[in-house]
Amino acid sequence: MDSGPPAGLREGGSSPQAAGGGRGDFAVETRALNLWYGDFQALYDVDLEVRRGIITSLIGPSGCGKTTLLRTCNRIIERLGYVRTTGSVYVHGHDIFGDDIELVQVRKRIGMVFQRPNPLPISIRDNVLFGFKLHEARLRSVSGAEEDEVLESALRQVLLWDAAKDRLDRPATGLSLEEQQKLCIARLLPVKPEVLLMDEPCSALDPAGTEAVEEMIWGLRGDYTILIVTHNMAQARRASDECAFMLLGRIVEHGRTEELFLAPRRSETSDYIEGRYG
Amino acid sequence: MTPPADSAAAATPGAMDRRDAAWYADRIAQALIFVGGVSAIVFIAGIFVFVTREGLDFALGPLGLREFFTSIAWRPTSNTPTYGALALIAGTASVTGFAMLLSVPLSLGAALFIAEFARGKTRETLKILVEMLAAIPSVVWGFVGMSIMNPLIIRVFDVPVGLTVLNAGLILGLMAAPIMTTIAEDALKAVPDTYREAAEALGATRWEVVVKVVIPASRNGLLAAVLLGVGRGFGETMAVLMASGHAINLPTSPFDSVRALTATIAAELGDAPVGSDHYGSLFTLGILLFVVTFLINLAADVVVRGIGRK
Repeated sequence: MDSGPPAGLREGGSSPQAAGGGRGDFAVETRALNLWYGDFQALYDVDLEVRRGIITSLIGPSGCGKTTLLRTCNRIIERLGYVRTTGSVYVHGHDIFGDDIELVQVRKRIGMVFQRPNPLPISIRDNVLFGFKLHEARLRSVSGAEEDEVLESALRQVLLWDAAKDRLDRPATGLSLEEQQKLCIARLLPVKPEVLLMDEPCSALDPAGTEAVEEMIWGLRGDYTILIVTHNMAQARRASDECAFMLLGRIVEHGRTEELFLAPRRSETSDYIEGRYG
Repeated sequence: MTPPADSAAAATPGAMDRRDAAWYADRIAQALIFVGGVSAIVFIAGIFVFVTREGLDFALGPLGLREFFTSIAWRPTSNTPTYGALALIAGTASVTGFAMLLSVPLSLGAALFIAEFARGKTRETLKILVEMLAAIPSVVWGFVGMSIMNPLIIRVFDVPVGLTVLNAGLILGLMAAPIMTTIAEDALKAVPDTYREAAEALGATRWEVVVKVVIPASRNGLLAAVLLGVGRGFGETMAVLMASGHAINLPTSPFDSVRALTATIAAELGDAPVGSDHYGSLFTLGILLFVVTFLINLAADVVVRGIGRK
């Protein structure tokens, strides 16, 4: 049972772009990834394989490096300026630290949702179309009708269309937190990312909002590969296919969520999920 | 009904307090802070009352307001004195306008660079330099205008006089730049970093982040910075007096000498007998300056408050 996920989870198929990094059914693979904040090492030799088309959750106590790992996958971590990494991160077979990689393209293919909803201080419409205009306008001119279509489809996918359709031109900051977080997910979709990174997307929401957003995220499963950091073990348990447990900058255990929770192989994992620390 | 003992004690002021040194220190500090806060209002009101009292009788009486605003003949010491302030208004407006042409792009550019692009030591050094620039006394700027810019303008543009709108505008622009830069930089820094992070994560380059997110989000603050810079330029006296040529003239080109409202007051008030028409007319100029700068600052304030409401 502990020799990897069953066939049903391997539905991603092989990637035509797979190269260098390994087998094609992984959307994200890290290889011997080390990361330092100044002198402090936050990640140690992380090898994580995130399977295509499913939801993988990252759990672990505060400060274990799960957010750091997530933020390395689209290199947003580099904003800090004092971060150093070794090793590689392959996204669909391409090393995102490679010399031939454009950061803008990396970010286009990997969307990110933050802990606190962070809609831009512009209208709902402009929020959803922000990334789309950014990337598409570089290549071609986009008609208004196409924008409307993209807008509606993105909002429908996050179940926000009915609530937002009458106030598309109002500031996004007027939405409730739950709606804002849905909007923050919706604005990733028009550029057709392959991977969605989510950093505790429900931690700022109330229970009802958490449930609604979780349900919505579950609905995106299959179309996108989702890597989600969570503090909430119940959430990881009910809303992810695979789960990776991190401790002190290392991946301790990674497997199917139900196995990891029911029959953890490592004692650190069972201690954590039984609430002995964290 | 007998109230509970502790609330009875609290209801008597000071009953719970021990009147030790700390208590007195606290009271004295409170009083001092109160006086400090109120004095700002008192001084502003006092200045307004004083300037108005000295100038208003004359402005509404012997001075014809139509002449004041439409004539360019400012001859307060002539046998038949006339008080046309149009040339002075035009002088101030042209110098300030020219200064803003220079300093708005310069300051906003500097603020953007410091707040969004410079890092670490570069940023700190630039900030200190800009603040030092703001500390240069205006008479020093005037000196620069007179003894450096003047010959330079004469040589470069081959004109007879270098003390002109161009000269005063350049000097004033450089003088207004630090305050505009500082305020604009504050406005840019007030934009939450989560906006930048969100835009960067969506694949925006740093330039796109600045143009599409940071500037729109801080536009009220940037506008306020510009308005305060205008106010600064409008009220500046010494540098303008020294660099503008101080000649009553409706300017038609940047190479004309002009005279500013502020410079007129500074140059003439010492010679005007207290209570004379000349004295009253100078205070009328003062009222005009006061009203305009007040309106500019008020506008800046309203614009800044606009941010909070959104």
